[in-house]
Amino acid sequence: MTYKLEGWREPTLGENLARAGVSRRDFLAYCGVLAGIFAVGAGARPARAEEVAEALAAITKPNVVWLQLQECTGCMESTLRSGGTTVEEVVLNLLSVNYNELVMAAAGDAANQALADTNAEDHILVVNGSIPLKDGGIYCTIGGESAEEVLRKSAEKATAILAVGACAVWGSVQASKPNPTGAVGVDEIIRDKPVINVAGCPPIGEVITATVSYLLTHDAPPKTDAEGRPLFAYEQRIHDSCPRRAHYDAGQYVRSFDDEGARAGWCLYEVGCKGPSTFSPCPIFQWNLHTSWPIGAGHPCIGCTEKDFFDRFTPFYHVLPDVKGLGVESTAEKIGWGLVGATVAGVGVHAGLTALRRSAGRKLKLTEPLAAFGDESPAADAVGTPPSPTSPPEQAGGEGE
Amino acid sequence: MAERLVIDPITRIEGHLRIELETEGGKITKAWSETTQYRGLEEIVQGRDPRDVWAFVQRICGVCTSVHAIASIVAVENAIGSNPPEQARLIRDMVLGSQEVQDHVIHFYHLHALDFVNVASAAEGDPQAAVDFAKAIGSTWKGNTLERMTEVRDTVQGILDSGQLSIFTGGYWGHPDYRLPPEANLMAVAHYLDALEFQRSMIRIGTVFGGKNPHPNFLVGGMACSIDPNHTESINQVQVDQIGVWIAESLEFVKTCYVPDALAIAGVYKDYFDIGAAQNNYLAVGMSGATFAGDPADSDFTSAHTEVKAGVIFDGDLNNIQPFDPNKIEEWVHSAWYSYEGGDIGLKPSEGETTVAYTGPKPPYSWLADSDEYTWCKAPRYDGRAVQVGPLARVILAYARGHARTVEIVDDAAKQLGITLDQLNSTGGRILARAVECLTSAEILAEATFPTFVSNLKGGDIDVFDTTRWEPSSWPSKASGMSFVEVARGNLSHWVTIEGGKVARYQAVVPTTWLAGGRDADGQQGPYEESLAGNGEHPLVDPAQPLEPLRTIHSFDPCMSCAVHVLDPAGDELKAVES
Repeated sequence: MTYKLEGWREPTLGENLARAGVSRRDFLAYCGVLAGIFAVGAGARPARAEEVAEALAAITKPNVVWLQLQECTGCMESTLRSGGTTVEEVVLNLLSVNYNELVMAAAGDAANQALADTNAEDHILVVNGSIPLKDGGIYCTIGGESAEEVLRKSAEKATAILAVGACAVWGSVQASKPNPTGAVGVDEIIRDKPVINVAGCPPIGEVITATVSYLLTHDAPPKTDAEGRPLFAYEQRIHDSCPRRAHYDAGQYVRSFDDEGARAGWCLYEVGCKGPSTFSPCPIFQWNLHTSWPIGAGHPCIGCTEKDFFDRFTPFYHVLPDVKGLGVESTAEKIGWGLVGATVAGVGVHAGLTALRRSAGRKLKLTEPLAAFGDESPAADAVGTPPSPTSPPEQAGGEGE
Repeated sequence: MAERLVIDPITRIEGHLRIELETEGGKITKAWSETTQYRGLEEIVQGRDPRDVWAFVQRICGVCTSVHAIASIVAVENAIGSNPPEQARLIRDMVLGSQEVQDHVIHFYHLHALDFVNVASAAEGDPQAAVDFAKAIGSTWKGNTLERMTEVRDTVQGILDSGQLSIFTGGYWGHPDYRLPPEANLMAVAHYLDALEFQRSMIRIGTVFGGKNPHPNFLVGGMACSIDPNHTESINQVQVDQIGVWIAESLEFVKTCYVPDALAIAGVYKDYFDIGAAQNNYLAVGMSGATFAGDPADSDFTSAHTEVKAGVIFDGDLNNIQPFDPNKIEEWVHSAWYSYEGGDIGLKPSEGETTVAYTGPKPPYSWLADSDEYTWCKAPRYDGRAVQVGPLARVILAYARGHARTVEIVDDAAKQLGITLDQLNSTGGRILARAVECLTSAEILAEATFPTFVSNLKGGDIDVFDTTRWEPSSWPSKASGMSFVEVARGNLSHWVTIEGGKVARYQAVVPTTWLAGGRDADGQQGPYEESLAGNGEHPLVDPAQPLEPLRTIHSFDPCMSCAVHVLDPAGDELKAVES
């Protein structure tokens, strides 16, 4: 069909088609073709065009293209582990995931056809993985096309775009120095539409599926912070909701792994915890059916939901303010009060930028990223004079367009 | 007249794989295995703190999450002389064991089964007949109820009726070689859904010890999770009890659901024991989960299964097992987009080099194999030969070494299926070996690893961290280390050199690299290529629906992000040369 839908505004496909001016006759002709396709399976009685038309007209499930570009498949694995809205609920009931390399039945030409067909209509686009731009895109090709080309084609008619996982959001591990393949996140490529950034390496499965179901439930993207991360999941620093926070405030620190403090569940700040500069719901939602979470299992947070993970958070086992460029050896005791103060102020900035993004209703050039400990300026100054990022991401305003 | 066929993307795998084929008269005559993603991770880890590297290389793969982290940590410990306590090693063994069981189950149901199970036909299945079919094949899985089968049939019917086929869109449901009756397809789809539920639950063993999954946290020198039974915030009896339940559930699922299903499908598609043979050479350092710091010949076994020693088998000669020698591993770049300073030679991993030398076409492109170079994957060889690694290699080695439980399960299955041991080198053989190994792994987890851990706890053994080699000042100024780990897809080794407290050189030789690599300078094909085009007899009835080669490629459980890994030992910047 050559009709162009104007977006999914009516409850069903039938109503949307009527709104777009598609005649019943043309629709039936299309359904006749489809009936032929469906008839090949199962030896079932071939469906009539009218039957297909009736079913299709009542369609209420959004079609989804779920790309996997330059990545490790950890984000899909995390999706498989979601215990909230399960993956089977997502792919079988909530959505029609017509293209996803990990789980789809078709391969090769048949897969590419499913992708092209879905790209041709309105759809939700979910992206795992980064886009390697260097050397003409040779470092990741799918069906002979560069990852960038695959992404651009799928983004064209996408009604909502979700960048899921640290790679899709900021490039993550392969974008770490020296970034041999020129890997970038989705919003470095797609600049004319808002991109919802579901951060984390990987994100918690429940957060991935909840972002999708938020879209469906609210019929609108979730409110996000300045980095495009949904507030329902990334509103708080790990440090703010950490069950070990009382030990931090009391000066009770793990000094060495498996020492008495570690066994008693004391604060991991001194062995390198990045919780104070990491916005993530790990302590709240926890992982894998609420089983545990990184700090709960005794390891410091490594900051995987933040921009420039890994570079900005390594060495992992160094105390935060010593992470990069500060040249000061600070103990938790010495800077403890400064940290507490900066944390509170940081939340203020966070909320302010979010409000700005909400009210802007236009492209917003963010030159002031959320300051985090470990940035190349003293923590105490982080709020007042945030450092300029090397390449400021251009973000579209979320609501109010 | 030969026809050309491209399958790209190969779906239901990890990462990006392209297969180019030439076919004639319904048979495959030539095949090229082409990896189309490159990330440069080993270059990225150079100059970093060796204690951080596990987190970088863990991101080589999120499907085989944990395995690269553990291999990295063991290699670093080997280099710096760290000696993790026994309980920490057992924890890693439990994480590896549970990961492998989960991985094999996911592979069978979610990545491989749709090559044999017709989802569209499942809607035609009678629910009671599906229950009866399950009983007939010896499946005692608790999910085999009339209520469940009815619910699943209605779900499938609903999807077909809706016209939106979701992940089943474009599937080859009209292919003449889907052979299962509707009730068997219905049962298999029900188990596909049950397996999703199962993996969510049992993977939590890794979450208890590593805090999350995928990508749990690990620690050079031991584990970060304390196991003091008398602390609330420590792993204590509450978690130990949970783990006991999850392990028991794992064993139950593997025994009552996965193994009977795998045997049933292998039986219906029995001709696949004569299809898909690759090189009749096998390499393994032990059973699944076997972990060595350094050369297996003089390293402590760090895992509980000590029954099967490392070995290499050539030409299927089970009576003549060769000792494993790490110095016989070399990697070739003849067919890959890299160049070696010394030309078209093989290099040992400890001396490996990688300079990108892309000679392929600019994307978009339609055909790669006219050129000698066509992949990002190197081609490892052992003693100059292409070898198979993975469940098949391990099961054959365990069988040859007389591991009683493996011999018992394999002999029973072979008798039931009416196949000979020689036929294990096949697409069907790889399916069978994976199921056999999943069962022995679940048993070892339940009967050896976990009970030993609990018994040690009872004896007051709660140390999980070696503090003596944590500080870089305690390390030699220059040190090298290596690790060998048998992971879900086969033999994995990491090789590290540390200088002045930083990583100077890093290399990983990964299962899928062994299997997915291309031709070497001698024209020897990689195992994927050999399995498709080794004898010119691999079927491909309809090039528009390439179901048969998918069955064979999937039998290796490809993990492409793992396969591509590079290091430039000189620390030079990688140079891309465009054509």
